Amino acid sequence: MKRAHLLSTQELTRADALEILDTARQLSRATDGAIRKLPTLRGRTVVNLFFEDSTRTRLSFEAAAKRLSADVINFSAKGSSVSKGESLKDTAQTLEAMGGELMIIRHSASGAAQRLAESGWVKSHIVNAGDGMHEHPTQALLDAFTIRSHFPEFDRDFTGLRIGIVGDILHSRVARSNAQLLTLLGADVVLIAPPTLLPIGVDTWPVKISYDLDSEISSLDAIMALRVQSERMNDAFFPSEREYAREYGLAGSRLRALKKNAIIMHPGPMNRGLEISAEGADSKQSVILEQVANGVLVRMAVLYLLMGGAPIPTEGVLV
Amino acid sequence: MSSADFLLRNVLTADQVRVDIEVVAGTISRIGGELTSPFPVVEGNQNLVLPGLVDLHTHLREPGKESSETVLSGSQAAVKGGYLALSAMANTSPVADTAGVVEQVARLGRDAGLCDVFPIGAVTVGLKGESLAELAAMAHSAAKVRIFSDDGNCVSDPLLMRRALEYVKSFGGVIAQHAQEPKLTSGAQMNEGVVSSRLGLKGWPAVAEESIIARDILMAQYVGSRLHICHLTTKGGVELVRWAKSQGMAVTAEVTPHHLLLTDELANSFDPVYKVNPPLRTQADVSALRAGLADGTIDIVATDHAPHPSEEKDCEWSAAAFGMVGLETALSVVVETMIDTGLMEWEKLVDRMSLAPAAIGGYEDHGAIAVGRPANFVVVNPKERWTVDRRTLQSKSSNTPFDGRSLPAKVVHAFYRGVQVLNDGQLTGSKYE
Repeated sequence: MKRAHLLSTQELTRADALEILDTARQLSRATDGAIRKLPTLRGRTVVNLFFEDSTRTRLSFEAAAKRLSADVINFSAKGSSVSKGESLKDTAQTLEAMGGELMIIRHSASGAAQRLAESGWVKSHIVNAGDGMHEHPTQALLDAFTIRSHFPEFDRDFTGLRIGIVGDILHSRVARSNAQLLTLLGADVVLIAPPTLLPIGVDTWPVKISYDLDSEISSLDAIMALRVQSERMNDAFFPSEREYAREYGLAGSRLRALKKNAIIMHPGPMNRGLEISAEGADSKQSVILEQVANGVLVRMAVLYLLMGGAPIPTEGVLV
Repeated sequence: MSSADFLLRNVLTADQVRVDIEVVAGTISRIGGELTSPFPVVEGNQNLVLPGLVDLHTHLREPGKESSETVLSGSQAAVKGGYLALSAMANTSPVADTAGVVEQVARLGRDAGLCDVFPIGAVTVGLKGESLAELAAMAHSAAKVRIFSDDGNCVSDPLLMRRALEYVKSFGGVIAQHAQEPKLTSGAQMNEGVVSSRLGLKGWPAVAEESIIARDILMAQYVGSRLHICHLTTKGGVELVRWAKSQGMAVTAEVTPHHLLLTDELANSFDPVYKVNPPLRTQADVSALRAGLADGTIDIVATDHAPHPSEEKDCEWSAAAFGMVGLETALSVVVETMIDTGLMEWEKLVDRMSLAPAAIGGYEDHGAIAVGRPANFVVVNPKERWTVDRRTLQSKSSNTPFDGRSLPAKVVHAFYRGVQVLNDGQLTGSKYE
């Protein structure tokens, strides 16, 4: 993959996406079993630059880097860099001065990763680990990896797969990245939400839009429920949690309406009883924990490809 | 220095008539073909002579943010861009909401001595939108304020807006409204549409601007007052103003150069140099604004010159300040978008950038080149192209969205009350005292 950064799914070609997914699979095979660490990035330094709380994503990237034997520097700041008095630019330059070669950035500002990559502030490789409401490309890649592993007959081409994303599309970087990547791989994507939680302009996206979960659910091969933030109620996006759960919650008869081989996905963390019932989260069709495991593999692949590490050995070695 | 007497020789008026202009004691004494005069000659080289440009919307940042701009540095930038009258917006620190502050700004303008600086008074105390500022005190002060605006904020409270419109009638004032319904734009970052949907930046709907315009043109008509709409940006807004004018309502409107040229697609870069309030809109809006300016629906071009220090732009989009500098590029951008496209002739440009804004502001010394009037005019080479370089701008700030862009028309000379303040594109160091 000839690129210095991973900023968004918009910039990926189909070949790029497949290369990342294939590399993740190769890494999966190499790290299978008890010996789980590879020496490919030994002596290299990766920085976790987290301006927004996200323990899960940070740990996933940290695990990925460590399994490739990279050194990891963690930076986390609650709230925005500006409210802390230090700018994004100064923070990034400081961490690069400490030896960082690749920065994994999580930030509440849409475009923060692209800004870091294109402003000339630093020379490091940049990986977007979620920027505002914009993108979360490694989440979409791990979702694609998970879908692929459950539908092997669609291994290199998702044409014919129908994937529903339900919930707060408006504020969701996961939805934006998935809509783009899954469509790129050939899938039909249906976004299901109340009109208040769909962005103006969504009609230009390469997806189908629906306001009605019940009319879509039986046609889906995978359904992804998005986390609903309770503060959305204050802005009148929907009247109450109860009404939201009734109209868009993945629960009850909707679970039984799913195809038998359909998978249930969620990027986490879940609000059980709101966008997904406990029954749905714990169902045999749920692949939510697989998504977490696959996240580490996909992030290993991204770090490996961007940093150009030594060839992947056929099996892991203890280092 | 006081004005030197001189003869400006061999220039073309906006309607392409070759003239000489004689200036005595800061006043135009004669205009005609092939004048003979005892005074020193300034050669015009068949360039255009235009009345000095008049800006009704300038952020000069003084008092309070002198690191971004001062009245002096803003006046210098103005002269380089062909402007000889500025209207200093009220969002300074302290806010220009008392006679004391507007008089201070006016005095700073006189001290700079490069162009006229007319303070704009705040409509509400501290721009807070809660209670009326002492508008009459500002009107009757030495600064003689006639334009009032909370620019940066909308006077969104309909009752307060009604009262302000009514109140300024007693001294012939005008309310310049920043049309932006705050509830619809809370946290907004860019135009709401196709681009914002993809970028995940909080959208700023056109209707937030249009709903206030609709409300205020109706209200101004109801109370019989003058309303000026700042920086119109949407197709729907142009339609509303066109309708209001067709009904004979006393509404005027402005458009900025950047909204005549740039679109929200530029946000794809996430470079906050393109972050501005109101936001860059779509190509359809740009086309409607150009048509509106050409047919007179939009009365004037105003720069909304908004200097910011580099640290407020050298950051992530949502942390960045809104605004662009524009005094030094305004004329060139209007030539590029309106004249070189065939939408307007130079005479109309003079109307939109000098005559009409002078009339709205009541700036009697500006807007025309005529015998007996103060010698406020500029000489422009319409053919010379130049490349904008943010590092060489005269303004203290360099947040121009046009960096690296080649634009037509270069300001060659500027004469303020007969004093040559710009010579061959360079500040002369002279000023009017």
